[in-house]
Amino acid sequence: MLLLIEQVLNGLQLGFMLFLLSAGLTLVFGVMNLINLAHGSFYMVGAYVAATVMAATGSFLLALLVALASAALCGLLVEIIVLRHLYNRDHLDQVLATFGLILFFNEGTRMIWGRQPLFMQIPDYLSATVEIIPAAPYPLYRLVIIAVGLLVAIGLFVLIKHTRLGMRIRAGASNRDMIAVLGVNIRWLYSLVFALGTMLAGFAGAMAAPLFAVESGMGESILIPVFVVIVIGGIGSIKGALLGALLVGLVDTLIRAFLPTVLFWLFATSSANSISASLASMGIYLLMAGILAFKPRGLFPA
Amino acid sequence: MTNMFNRKLIILLACLLVMLLLPPVSQALDESYLISTMTRVLIFAMAAISLDLIVGYGAMVSFGHAAFVGLGAYVAAILSFHFNDASGLFGLSISYQGTDQLLPILIIAMLVAALVAVLTGMISLRTHGIHFIMITLAFAQMLFFLFVSLGYYGGEDGLPMLGRNQIPLIDTGSDSAFYYLCLAFLIAFIVFGRRLVQSHFGRVLLGCKHNEKRMRALGFNTYWYRLSAYVIAAMGAAIAGVLLANKTEYVDPGLFSWHLSGELLVMIILGGLGSIYGAVIGAITYLLLEQIFSAYTEHWQVILGPVLIIVVIFARRGIYGMLQKKWSQNA
Repeated sequence: MLLLIEQVLNGLQLGFMLFLLSAGLTLVFGVMNLINLAHGSFYMVGAYVAATVMAATGSFLLALLVALASAALCGLLVEIIVLRHLYNRDHLDQVLATFGLILFFNEGTRMIWGRQPLFMQIPDYLSATVEIIPAAPYPLYRLVIIAVGLLVAIGLFVLIKHTRLGMRIRAGASNRDMIAVLGVNIRWLYSLVFALGTMLAGFAGAMAAPLFAVESGMGESILIPVFVVIVIGGIGSIKGALLGALLVGLVDTLIRAFLPTVLFWLFATSSANSISASLASMGIYLLMAGILAFKPRGLFPA
Repeated sequence: MTNMFNRKLIILLACLLVMLLLPPVSQALDESYLISTMTRVLIFAMAAISLDLIVGYGAMVSFGHAAFVGLGAYVAAILSFHFNDASGLFGLSISYQGTDQLLPILIIAMLVAALVAVLTGMISLRTHGIHFIMITLAFAQMLFFLFVSLGYYGGEDGLPMLGRNQIPLIDTGSDSAFYYLCLAFLIAFIVFGRRLVQSHFGRVLLGCKHNEKRMRALGFNTYWYRLSAYVIAAMGAAIAGVLLANKTEYVDPGLFSWHLSGELLVMIILGGLGSIYGAVIGAITYLLLEQIFSAYTEHWQVILGPVLIIVVIFARRGIYGMLQKKWSQNA
């Protein structure tokens, strides 16, 4: 039972991490109709910058701020230089161009930071453990990620539903020409939405940096689950992204935690452990195939 | 029109001549690594052609095509493995004597790929657009993790082959003989591909790309046409996979990776969609650019990435599209 609660918390933590990434991606797709394979690159930028600033200054908050700013800035530059030309183009062209961006960013980080992965310390005040349930200490940092993810989710809902900017974003998603005619600077709006998305990705990267090794290509290993999330949730829907992210986070974590036991119990072979590790990785893809087979447009089609 | 047709024929024959002369020339120049590089190009061109069939003609953008290349490669490696080691298939107690003959291996690889394509295609083809991209990616990832978990066949480390598969009358161990074998396969792919897209089947497929609703209204069962195309493309990729395993004499789960699927897509977009020739041009260009840039710097991807972006922004229909435009202006 304790193990179950602990794993559910782990699943929520992964889920909110995925949400930070998928919110930006699904907004960009919903508003600009753009497939951005390079979204993971901004996650990577956030992680590298955070790890570097943390190592140099020792201030976690400063590291977070610089990481957010640099991911947003990178996003803004990429939007202005490259992606702006691709909004009216075929999805295939967007796939090719953003694939090019991935190559550029991955090799670029290798040139700047080298091939060795970086590691980032958790600040002292966050490295404690908390006993939510008596006698089951749980790392505070992971709880902070859950709380921060929840705050960002609420913030995004307020932004989209109750502010003028959010109204324009929704209007831009449903009819681009009309909102341009009504006097909204659609170019500026698109750049802003894109930078917001990459900033969230950079935020996820900075929060993830103390948990994973910071290395070139880390963006792609998380990007594919993120795609699974937005496809399950329904592309373009923030609500779908949130529920999809939590579903994927929980399913992935729980399968990884309990499949070895189940397999061992079923087959009683010593190789059950190694096999189940890889089989567990297939879990979320099975989930996605199953959902798309019955709801071809995801759970909450926008 | 005849003028343009003649010009096309001349260019094709010239290309063929260059390809045929490559092994003796590169050996004379003592640059025999060229043969190996070009064999790789030929094999990727086959995989690209099979992908172009569904992307360029059927508008089914598969982001998991590498899975079928991987399946073909693993069939070759596993059957050869059991030829030398007659222990049970998959480490279970099914005794199985493998083979090292290329022809039966090709047939089995195509059958396996077709079976997987029917099963995954039946689900994937219910979706469209970006959902299709993502669901094909998901199936490829599943296969990737499945083969990572097959510890009996090397798991993540992959499975080496003890020499190439045999085919009567040809010494596949020789690099230039293997090059000619791949060239013959590529020519067969081009001929078959061109005939297929010009056939009734190919026309219906193209119709589905432009307006599926109208094709359905005309009485075509578009689902079956698209599924058949998907299966044919998978079998083509499996042939490329078998040859790729034979070329490197080694397979690993990386063959299923999304990165390879992405590269195949890049090749056909770079070359120009929906022409079969474009896929070949794209494969040659991409792999040679990779080769050239990597000769200058180990950070070649930092150059290749922006080059791809520039091609997308400025050359809208790929290299073959640009060439065609030029020809039709001159003619």
